Amino acid sequence: MGLIEGRFGDNILITSVDKLINWARMSSMWPLSFGLACCAIEMMATGASRFDLDRLGVMFRASPRQSDVMIVAGTVTMKMATRLKRLYEQMPDPKFVISMGSCSNCGGPYWEHGYHVLKGVDQIIPVDVYIPGCPPRPEALMDGLIQLQAKIAKMTLAKQEDVVA
Amino acid sequence: MTSEEIFAKLKEKFGDKILETDTEAVQPIATVDPASIAEVCEFLKNEPDLDFKFLNCLTGVHINKVEEEEEEKLRVVYNMESLVIKHKTALDVIVPISKPNVPSVTSVWKTANWHEREAYDLMGIVFDGHPDLTRILCPEDWEGHPLRKDYVVQEFYQGMKVPYPEEEPKQEEKEEK
Amino acid sequence: MPEIKTEDVYIELGRHPKAGFAAEDLILQMGPQHPSTHGVLRLECVTDGEIIKKAVPKIGYLHRCFDKHAENENWQQVIPYTDRIDYLASMNQNFSYAITVEKLMDIEIPERAEYIRVIVSELQRIASHLIAFGTYGLDMGAFTPFLYAFRDRETILDFFEKICGGRLLYNYIWIGGVSHDLYDGFKEECMKFLDYFEEKIHNEYNPLLSFNKIFIERTANVGIITPEQAIDYGLTGPCLRGSGIDWDLRRDDPYSIYDRFDFEVIVGKGEKGTVGDSWDRYMVRIWEMVESIRIIRQALQQIPEGDIISEKVGKVVKVPKGEVYGRTETPRGELGFYLISEGGKGPARLKSRSPCFSNLCVIEEMSQGYMLADLVAILASIDIVLGCIDR
Repeated sequence: MGLIEGRFGDNILITSVDKLINWARMSSMWPLSFGLACCAIEMMATGASRFDLDRLGVMFRASPRQSDVMIVAGTVTMKMATRLKRLYEQMPDPKFVISMGSCSNCGGPYWEHGYHVLKGVDQIIPVDVYIPGCPPRPEALMDGLIQLQAKIAKMTLAKQEDVVA
Repeated sequence: MTSEEIFAKLKEKFGDKILETDTEAVQPIATVDPASIAEVCEFLKNEPDLDFKFLNCLTGVHINKVEEEEEEKLRVVYNMESLVIKHKTALDVIVPISKPNVPSVTSVWKTANWHEREAYDLMGIVFDGHPDLTRILCPEDWEGHPLRKDYVVQEFYQGMKVPYPEEEPKQEEKEEK
Repeated sequence: MPEIKTEDVYIELGRHPKAGFAAEDLILQMGPQHPSTHGVLRLECVTDGEIIKKAVPKIGYLHRCFDKHAENENWQQVIPYTDRIDYLASMNQNFSYAITVEKLMDIEIPERAEYIRVIVSELQRIASHLIAFGTYGLDMGAFTPFLYAFRDRETILDFFEKICGGRLLYNYIWIGGVSHDLYDGFKEECMKFLDYFEEKIHNEYNPLLSFNKIFIERTANVGIITPEQAIDYGLTGPCLRGSGIDWDLRRDDPYSIYDRFDFEVIVGKGEKGTVGDSWDRYMVRIWEMVESIRIIRQALQQIPEGDIISEKVGKVVKVPKGEVYGRTETPRGELGFYLISEGGKGPARLKSRSPCFSNLCVIEEMSQGYMLADLVAILASIDIVLGCIDR
């Protein structure tokens, strides 16, 4: 989308293309199957028979090169943090991050004495959706994905007004 | 065999190398001279009527000081059992913190390899004769041994903040100041 | 046309021992992000072509400082942290910690609480083995068993949710008893599930995966652990029993009320290959589920009415000075806690001897000489949980 992104105002052509692209993006969010800890089990459960993430067009991919969403499911440790950042960099644009569970939001139960735990994954990569819970229920993860879809639906290729920082 | 019998047998074989035995406690334990722990373990494993072929657990402990002037001490506890005779026992060794060297028992039980690496990593106990005494849980460039009583967590690791970031004072509070 | 031998090509390229060079080793990193490492494990494989010369596990990517937390929290506050050691078998972890502390306190637990503990930990064992079953299929390229396993696991999680509110991490077994009583109608629901599930094991799970020709070909005679190795490396649980050693803490060092139940200890017999191969370890788990069903049935029939938490344990738990090593048989093996109490608010030192930590260290020796593709089968047969290894 590099050719037209941010070059035109929001005319009828651009907004129509927006609709098409956003529809495509939000109906096939492929997350990187990237289980770290307890939350990964709930993520697996969400993908399995009862909750069935395929309904939302969500299919887990094993490679960062094929995925759009990174679900950081679990505790990020100091040893893992550099690897996590590299995986994020390997994902193609546009990419989104869901921080699942208290541990990746802020360190969770390990915030005080966990010398080896990164206190929040947002210290190293940008996060789009935070899901609280230890671990969040599958319904919460699905809600997180729906929130992300809502966010994607608002994306546009049109030239943005200068954003005041 | 009961703990009394096991410890009696050890005393008979090693004499004053067995520094102390406690059979009254919930868990009977024998304190061994650190220099001879490997021999004692070898004996416990290979003697047919002891047959301690299975090492359950190896724990590193930083002993709390009782008196102020006392030198700080580290301790290693070995829990072992026999799957055939179905009896168990425990040994421990105590070393000063300034020279935390204990002979390795990796040659006796292979499972001790990782347990000793863990004790080295978290507690800083040096196991002489260990084939690969490197950090196992923390990254290799980590500073300090986290389970020591005097451990202070490092401020940054590879540019990432390690302790929980303190909240910045809110705008209003700033203005008040 | 003259026939070209592969060997000659290698000699020409200088990659054969006969050419005067040793073939160069390739170091392959598997993980920490890899779909079949079951978490964040890194294996450093030294390979010669497809053959593994050495696979060295590098762990610590999920080191969450359990020991440090235990030293800083009070007695009850440690329980939620034990949940997170092995998040597939949280009930068993709670149980093990509670038993260790109670051993030092020397208190009696109400009968009903003992039975509830046994019931929930055996249900948890089934749930955990179901994940082992499902992910083993996933690693072998079969997706369906995974869906089947999660279908039945959800029912067990529903029971737990109704009992204590948690789906995955429970904080249910407390020092001196359990936090909530069973709900009305649990007995009937559970009995119904057990009947349903036992039939599923025989008629769905086994034909689907266990006795599947492709599955057997991939797992039998792969990753053999000899009994001597198993003991020397301190393996426990299904890994030890898979190697033909008849050892189960529930029977050989009975804790709680396990001596009241009649069940068998499943041992690997090498039906499809050699004793101690991956298929044996897998099959031990399947038959253990059946034995767990037997235990739960007996417990449900015997369970008395009464208190669920000991009155001697007040709001502030007081533990006398002393040291103890307490352990239970979790789905992965012996989970032990080495506990030192100095009579304070919380443990002075609590080391967890986790089963996966010891089980994994054998992989360096046992994977030698197998093909790279077999490493996945070997790793899955040990059924590791990274939280349990790194703590």
